[in-house]
Amino acid sequence: MSDENAIEAMGLTKVFGSGPDQVTALDRVSLQIRQNEFFTLLGPSGCGKTTLLRLVAGFEMPTSGDILLNGRSVVDLPPNQRPVNTVFQSYALFPHMTVADNVAFGLEMRGLSKGETASTVEEMLNLVQLGHLAARRPTQLSGGQQQRVALARALANHPQVLLLDEPLSALDLKLRQGMRSELKALQQRTGITFVFVTHDQEEALTMSDRIAVMSHGEVQQLGVPTDIYETPMNRFVADFIGDTNFVMAEVLGRDGDHLRCRSDGGLEVLASAAGDPKVGERVTLAIRPEKIRLAAGSGAEVTEITYLGTDTSYQLRLGQDLALDARVQNRMQGDEHFEPGQPVSISVPDGAARALLD
Amino acid sequence: MSDAAQSLSGADSDPIKRVAAAQARVARRGFRARWGLVAPALVIIGFFGIGPLLITVVYSFLEAATYGGVIWNFSTDAYVQFLFERDIFDETLHFSWAYPQIFLRSILLALVTTVFCLLVGFPTAYFMATRPPNQRTLWLFLITLPFWTNLLIRTYAMFIILRDDGLVNNTMIWLGIIPDPLRIIHTDFAVCLGLMYSFLPFMVLPLYAALEKMDFRLVEAGYDLYADRWKVLRRIVIPLAKPGIVAGCILVFIPSIGAYVTPLLLGGGKELMIGNLIALQFGNARDWPFGSAAALILMIMVLVSLLYYVRSTGAKAGLGHG
Repeated sequence: MSDENAIEAMGLTKVFGSGPDQVTALDRVSLQIRQNEFFTLLGPSGCGKTTLLRLVAGFEMPTSGDILLNGRSVVDLPPNQRPVNTVFQSYALFPHMTVADNVAFGLEMRGLSKGETASTVEEMLNLVQLGHLAARRPTQLSGGQQQRVALARALANHPQVLLLDEPLSALDLKLRQGMRSELKALQQRTGITFVFVTHDQEEALTMSDRIAVMSHGEVQQLGVPTDIYETPMNRFVADFIGDTNFVMAEVLGRDGDHLRCRSDGGLEVLASAAGDPKVGERVTLAIRPEKIRLAAGSGAEVTEITYLGTDTSYQLRLGQDLALDARVQNRMQGDEHFEPGQPVSISVPDGAARALLD
Repeated sequence: MSDAAQSLSGADSDPIKRVAAAQARVARRGFRARWGLVAPALVIIGFFGIGPLLITVVYSFLEAATYGGVIWNFSTDAYVQFLFERDIFDETLHFSWAYPQIFLRSILLALVTTVFCLLVGFPTAYFMATRPPNQRTLWLFLITLPFWTNLLIRTYAMFIILRDDGLVNNTMIWLGIIPDPLRIIHTDFAVCLGLMYSFLPFMVLPLYAALEKMDFRLVEAGYDLYADRWKVLRRIVIPLAKPGIVAGCILVFIPSIGAYVTPLLLGGGKELMIGNLIALQFGNARDWPFGSAAALILMIMVLVSLLYYVRSTGAKAGLGHG
């Protein structure tokens, strides 16, 4: 069983509506989610990530394609017969039941004895540190507490896969950051496969084992967080994750693993390539602001400085119309510092820029 | 109020007092505005609700005049008459089932009507609430459509459909299901059917209002937690729709129990219901005090059961929030 993928989507397509109103929410999506993995579906709203989650949970039927859970097709099973549980975006706690009754619901439905149910409920509420609120109603709890009840309610059933639909989006920033590490710790402790849907790239990067970046119903890139950030496969991924300078450039030639490119402003870099651009072809260079190194010199000019606390952001201009954003960490007072109007020289380490074909 | 008035009259340069005076003015303006807004309703309730009710109470404790109206002598005869029969010869009282039976029959018919309205209305309301929002308006319109026609006319229409050579019987005979017309009209069944038809919208509308507000993600959460359709309905949908169920049942039960036109037309007036009994007292029987007493007994019964209901559910809700 451990060799099997926890979830395997095979050519999943979901079309909503018909005729001219027809919307393709998912377009032949195939991906594998491994056992005990914290897997994130990341993308802007309307990219199909929630649809994919609802297909796995069984709330929607795929237009075509198949879903395997531990190697077994589940598309014909209704949601109440699938070994998965969901943490809903707005928690969907039953308002007419106490916290304990909410957590007990799934156990009761599966026909567990009263004793087993009670002990599991207690165990789960202690796991999320809410044992003292068992008799309260969900409406009497704060957002963070409701979130924990929703987690306990889903985890109480020991599902093979836990589906989380933007569970942190309703919390304020401080709470969200705390819940991130809590969720990650919970996943590691329980060993349950988590499939996490979010539009928040920071959430995705900090928590996930692997991320699938989605857009327009397709998976744009699937990989570990560093791959997604450092080596985006296309412009959408580079743009959606983090801040990026996009610069048009021409491929001058190959240099080992890298491509030698010259940008419109005359900046020459050795870039890693997504795909296989030909010599002389036009490419888009994606350069992260923090990769750009500044030094006293010439070639570029500082136009604007923004102090960001940990970093300082420099707006630079190369030649006539190429604007770049560079970010320098504020390590120590007395570090080299540049003023607006000051000429500087800029460089990009080999392989730090990414040459994209689209 | 008096404190505020004092500070207004003694208004001086002290800013705190000036603020207090201004607050008092605003408060008094709010007071006047509130009473101004409810005054028309209070006048109508006073003249056409409380006034007639008091007259009914007074009449129920008077003696009946021979040709209708009342004689201004205090008497509890009307209430005694409800439960007992006075022997013609020796004036002794014997318990009589005649009137309580009419009440019980009416309550039973109203209960059956309410239950059937709920059984038919719930799926209807659920269907409406699960349509896309732009279609719901159309369904709401269709539900309220019968109100466009007078109740009397609708009941006559029912009469024509249900009578021995009416639509139902003729169709069934034509289809060969039955050889002779079924006796539908002038039965309790016909009365129930008529009441149900008349009051079904009163059941559907509050149910729809409750179900439409419901978060259907809770239903999905139920399925996600291994509940089947029946359990989702029983454990999630029905508890959440309970305020609508209660409101609908009250709105159907109360007018059903006092219905007059429907039992008269469809029941043939052979077996009396409370409404017909009361009407009879003010008409042919010319016993206004007894009619008043019967009306009050009905009202008190309804009130007591409503109060009991509010108490029992209110106590539970209070516990939940404690």
